[in-house]
Amino acid sequence: MKKSIFLCLFMLAVMMVLTAGPAVAAPPVKIGALFSVTGPASFLGEPERNTAQMVADDINRSGGINGRKVQLIVYDTQGDATKAVQAANRLIKDDKVSAIIGPSITGDTMAVIPVVEKAGIPLISCAAGIKITEPVKKWVFKTAQNDSLAVSRIYEYMQKNRINKVALLTVSDSFGSSGREQLVMQAKAFGIQIISNETYGPKDTDMTAQLTKIRGTGAQAIICWGTNPGPAVVARNTRQLGLKIPLFMSHGVSSRKFIELAGNAAEGISLPSGRVLVANLLPSSDRQKKNLLKYKRDYMKRFGTEGDHFGGHAWDAMMLLKTAIEKGGDSPAAIRSQLEGIRNFSGIGGIFSFSPQDHAGLTKDAFVLVQVKKKNWVLMK
Amino acid sequence: MTEAKRDILGFLLFAAAVLIAPFFFADSYILNVLVFVGINTLLAVALNLLLGFAGQISLGHAAFFGLGAYISGVMTAAHSFDPWLAMLIAAVSTGVAAFIIGFPILKLKGHYLAMATLGFGIIVYIVFNETVDLTGGPSGLPGIPNLSLGEFSFDNDIKNFYLIWAFTLLAMRISLNLYRSRIGRALRAIHDSEVAARVAGVNVKNLKVQIFTMSAVISALAGSLYAHTMTFISPASFGFNFSVELVTMVIIGGLGSVYGSFMGAAILTLLPEFLRIFHDYDIIVYGLLLILIIMFMPGGLAGGFRTALERLSRSRKQGAD
Repeated sequence: MKKSIFLCLFMLAVMMVLTAGPAVAAPPVKIGALFSVTGPASFLGEPERNTAQMVADDINRSGGINGRKVQLIVYDTQGDATKAVQAANRLIKDDKVSAIIGPSITGDTMAVIPVVEKAGIPLISCAAGIKITEPVKKWVFKTAQNDSLAVSRIYEYMQKNRINKVALLTVSDSFGSSGREQLVMQAKAFGIQIISNETYGPKDTDMTAQLTKIRGTGAQAIICWGTNPGPAVVARNTRQLGLKIPLFMSHGVSSRKFIELAGNAAEGISLPSGRVLVANLLPSSDRQKKNLLKYKRDYMKRFGTEGDHFGGHAWDAMMLLKTAIEKGGDSPAAIRSQLEGIRNFSGIGGIFSFSPQDHAGLTKDAFVLVQVKKKNWVLMK
Repeated sequence: MTEAKRDILGFLLFAAAVLIAPFFFADSYILNVLVFVGINTLLAVALNLLLGFAGQISLGHAAFFGLGAYISGVMTAAHSFDPWLAMLIAAVSTGVAAFIIGFPILKLKGHYLAMATLGFGIIVYIVFNETVDLTGGPSGLPGIPNLSLGEFSFDNDIKNFYLIWAFTLLAMRISLNLYRSRIGRALRAIHDSEVAARVAGVNVKNLKVQIFTMSAVISALAGSLYAHTMTFISPASFGFNFSVELVTMVIIGGLGSVYGSFMGAAILTLLPEFLRIFHDYDIIVYGLLLILIIMFMPGGLAGGFRTALERLSRSRKQGAD
């Protein structure tokens, strides 16, 4: 007798679980992510992965998207195009995600584009290369600012301050070569003459040779395009050689790390940067300020370091997806068309306005010029 | 059963297993990974000719792979050549390049040969990286067309799987035949002792260059196939790391064994996919497994496999007594 009551109760419990389960928990929204968490571009992939996970957790804690939880599936590409393609295939075919964010670098993104275009899955890349969205591809968007915008920012400043002879020193990887292409292409429009065009290797530890060459040319300024640690070496070598002309860097080094690496040699260096670096210095009328400060605070609380604009690319990608899914549901086609319709979205990288002709969504206002003063960033006018 | 018959039977069984594999993974990304297992096997088989058969190390084989990929890629994406013609030109010109550098380089032995091939690999990598106008530089070369036969285009994983494995199986068959031929015996003689081989009348210098060239041509073919499958290439895939990975495949698989090359390529390509369950620690587990394999199977996977089979049959015999 006792046994049968027990059995009945058990059956009842099983039935409750079976019937109630699906009603309470709607299937999660699956979002895939490809980041180069290890490998040479881990300085991008790590903050991006952290940020994406943080945003996903925040969304879930506050009730999910339209009541559905977000399931974030992250794979490491190791900065390798072959691995990125395999991981993208896995996200699409096995995990059946609705959309993908990442990869972190231009090479991986270019490799993944044919895969997502064929499968019809929206991709929001976190890489900067201009080739990603020009020409516009149906399923591909991006959140990292185009290099061309950073270049225009610098050239605009130079034009205003009558600097018209510059020397370039760019790193020979995809970031540097894309920057160099833009620097050379836009120079004429701003009346700037490039009188020296040098490169250095990503692992070089001494750039004295290139800088000595530049010293002999009569350049009025040097523009160095690279990511840590190369530009810090350039800064120190410039100081050692006693070069007095102004040194400009790219947004590739706009984090506190650069000041730590370059030490005193960082003083006076100027560079274009996303607003996140100088969030607390922005006027309160700035539309991005609130989100920027919140992002920095949350990131600090969870990971113990300052959130940078690389992580910001992932923040933007996740929040854009959230906005799109809230409006049109999580079918890949709906996400794509909703993304294309997003206007005036205030993110970390800037104010995004997508359109069928523009899948990058930013203007040169996404950048501000900052300078290192007393081991701190200040806004330049 | 004679040894030759067993060889043919083994190969047919292997080929059959490969050909039916896609039916088990039709809708899975694993099929996509198996395409790359095919490419890596082709490369490992090519390097095994040099490293396993003739005992000559190359730390620059990713360069031949890259030359094949870039010659095919640039000719088809930028100058709209027919992909098959581009593939042929890539294979021939890479072969010629290998033949020319083979003579001076293969005079070197041991560490010096490793250094020279390493240098060659790095030079080629730098050329891919720096000649931005030609190769697209570090951001890569997009827009490479798929291979096609008339209207039939190799544009999805299953088609590419059969295309690539056709080449891979052919290369494996040629390698197996070569191993048992007079040339194969001469190469193994060089592996054991160059002086003894020369005394026995083997033209060591020519043979080494020939096998080096053959290895380079097969690698270039793998490169072309890779380029047309991925439709995008960037220099990072052809760097020093990949050269080392290829050597690892051949050694883990078992030096001199053609099936070993397959096993090594399969393990190194598939393992990271299964290790993803370890999340951030996958690389540590991966490294540990490689160390364990080398420690306990000095003959590689192929050697370990053979020993295990022998032990099994011996214990069965003992049981019968």
